[in-house]
Amino acid sequence: MTKGTEGRDSMDAGLLAAETGADLGAARMQMALSLGWHIIVACLGVGMPAITLIAEWRGHRTGDVNYRLLARRWARAMGVLFAVGAVSGTILSFEMGLLWPGLMGTYGQVIGLPFSLEGIAFFIEAIFLGIYLYAWDRLPPVQHMLAGIPIVLAGVASAFFVVTANAWMQQPTGFDTEGGRVVAVDPWAAMFNPATPPQTVHMILAAFMVAGFLMASVYAVAMLRGRRDRYHRLGFLVPFTVAAVITPVQIGVGDWAAHFVAGNQPVKLAAIEGVFETERNVPLHLGGIAVDGEMRYAVEVPSGLSLLAHWDPNAEITGLNETPPRDRPPVNVVHWAFQIMVGMGFALLGLAAWAALGWWRRREIPRSRWFLRAAALSGVAAVLALEAGWVVTEVGRQPWIVYGVMRTEDAVNPAPGLVWGFVLVSVVYVILTIATVYVLRRLARDKPVPVAPQESDVTEYKVI
Amino acid sequence: MTAAEIMLTVLWLGLTAYVLFGGADFGAGVWDLLAGGAERGRPQRGLIEHSIGPVWEANHVWLIFVIVLMWTGFPEVFAAVASTLYIPLTLAALGIIARGAAFAFRKVSEELWQRRLFGATFAFSSVATPFFLGTTAGAIASGRVPPGIAKGELIGSWLNPTALVTGALAVGTAAYLAAVYLTRDAERAGEADLAEAFRRRALWTGATVGALSAIGLLVLNADAPRLFDGLVTGRGFPLLLLSIVAGIASLVLLWRRAYLAVRITAALAVAGLLWGWGAGQYPWLLPGVRVQDAAATDAVLTASLGALAVGAVLLLPSLWWLYATFQRERTAQK
Repeated sequence: MTKGTEGRDSMDAGLLAAETGADLGAARMQMALSLGWHIIVACLGVGMPAITLIAEWRGHRTGDVNYRLLARRWARAMGVLFAVGAVSGTILSFEMGLLWPGLMGTYGQVIGLPFSLEGIAFFIEAIFLGIYLYAWDRLPPVQHMLAGIPIVLAGVASAFFVVTANAWMQQPTGFDTEGGRVVAVDPWAAMFNPATPPQTVHMILAAFMVAGFLMASVYAVAMLRGRRDRYHRLGFLVPFTVAAVITPVQIGVGDWAAHFVAGNQPVKLAAIEGVFETERNVPLHLGGIAVDGEMRYAVEVPSGLSLLAHWDPNAEITGLNETPPRDRPPVNVVHWAFQIMVGMGFALLGLAAWAALGWWRRREIPRSRWFLRAAALSGVAAVLALEAGWVVTEVGRQPWIVYGVMRTEDAVNPAPGLVWGFVLVSVVYVILTIATVYVLRRLARDKPVPVAPQESDVTEYKVI
Repeated sequence: MTAAEIMLTVLWLGLTAYVLFGGADFGAGVWDLLAGGAERGRPQRGLIEHSIGPVWEANHVWLIFVIVLMWTGFPEVFAAVASTLYIPLTLAALGIIARGAAFAFRKVSEELWQRRLFGATFAFSSVATPFFLGTTAGAIASGRVPPGIAKGELIGSWLNPTALVTGALAVGTAAYLAAVYLTRDAERAGEADLAEAFRRRALWTGATVGALSAIGLLVLNADAPRLFDGLVTGRGFPLLLLSIVAGIASLVLLWRRAYLAVRITAALAVAGLLWGWGAGQYPWLLPGVRVQDAAATDAVLTASLGALAVGAVLLLPSLWWLYATFQRERTAQK
């Protein structure tokens, strides 16, 4: 099936435009806020169960109480995070309709299949998480660990399905339209669109990196404060190892994703690199700022972009001049988001290499306090890379909500008052953030874990 | 049955599950709100936390199912509903955040002021959320959501007699189901006093919800005559009758302390109302929009239904294991 023909005529678009430009801006900010918030928790939801299971399994195999206590503590944090993840994710499904009825009314059915599958995966996740968290003392240890495995699989599957829907917005395939109405759909072709492979793999690996580095950074801080006992070392090592092993793979996958963008979303690539004129031997811009149609103050690597994007220093790169100004994404936002993502990625790679060196030489964590300081920041760095990466993907897609098919301004809810909704939602998210961080910090503190009625065997653990 | 009709049926089954399970979780929050001071309410709050803790997230997923199936199966209806009713839906969404997050936060908090703060948030949002969701049901049922994007009244569509009654009915039903379920949970936990307390509540909320439904019918007669006809004389009537009979049977069973059996009849009473509405309104989804007008293409419907069928094979045994694990007496305890 071919790509959908370009949507509406201008009169239609005028009818559907938001009440005011401010409403469109508010809708976009609200979506960015709630997605940007949810995605951090979602990454923990994907990555944390696996890391927790590793600790539980090690505890079971070695009988080392430290592993078991870590698993127990992470599971408690997971309970909180999963709850806020479930509700913040639900809000997103509401917002798809509340904010973007133009998108969902027309194309909801095209991306319905992956969301239905995601619903099933999420259901399985929720069911087994309920069992895993609450049945610690009701199930024998091996059965309990087995109950954790569906959480990991379903978490990865959920991430995959949701990202396929986003990939479709980048590379819309699998449908035909007639007069702005969808007349034929191949939902499988829509789901397995060309952007699906690089985007889903990139995201799932990112989830494990974010979860691993965030968890490790908590223990790096504790170690900096002098708590270097086995419990804290293991609490650092288990998640850090997972994240550090994935980091180099992620750099390779990121390269794959960038090549994909170069080949399939040339306008996005031009915005990422601030290429205004179509040329050969295009340099790579590090830093810099776009002013009046040119990149200024950037460090240029000669022919760098041509080489990286097409493995050929002579390769031609399409510039923004080929696209009318109204169809271009904002260059500085996309350019800087990309710089931040890549910068953080390589910083994390450096940290992983440092740790590997220390392990290779002495079979232990590097002794330098600078290593721990850097590791303490690794969680923040991973989150920054994650958010910046999504800014590249989503802002780089603008002004399209469905790339080349439907403009964002035609998808937004034309009802007045969206600005107030955004204000209200922002206030709620500020409170939610404060409460979540506060509760998690309390959970992380070294004091006896409160004994809930269903956690009677917690008394068997030595509490540090 | 066409694929669109099957999809609508599946969607309605999902909605029923959400009302029966997720609704009861909200209802538990209502009882949490009314449990009294920190000391006096402690046993009740303990029971509520213990009962809904392991299951509320899974129960909550039914709502996501309903939303996703709506935009997959009937995208234009979803867009019309979400855009016109964006105010109550935004408020319900915020209520969902507050309820879920505060419940999880309270569970891991120890200090009294924190438990009070999170508990109050949990409890108030447990009342507000079903109310706003209920008003959206009333808006759709009374034909106030026209097709098209944001074509209906932004305020009047959900602030009107029918919508207010359905909002109240949603809160009442939730509280009623929760009281019924908690009665049995308390009995199983060996808390005879609590069981007795929730039995009394189940009795009077049951009577209240019954009265509210009767008022609702009168309001429908004046405010949404087409649905009223569908319910009282058309296809919805047998289901309405089922709901009434099951509702009365529930009161009798509660009176006689048959706590397990009443779970079934109470659920039937609520489900009867929901399906009566669906049958009474069928085939109209929105004014001038029938099922076949709004349905997605067959390829989408069959793919999604196929995926759901495969999913059900995975889900049903998992759900059974979840409920069985926590409804059973603790046997593995050391």
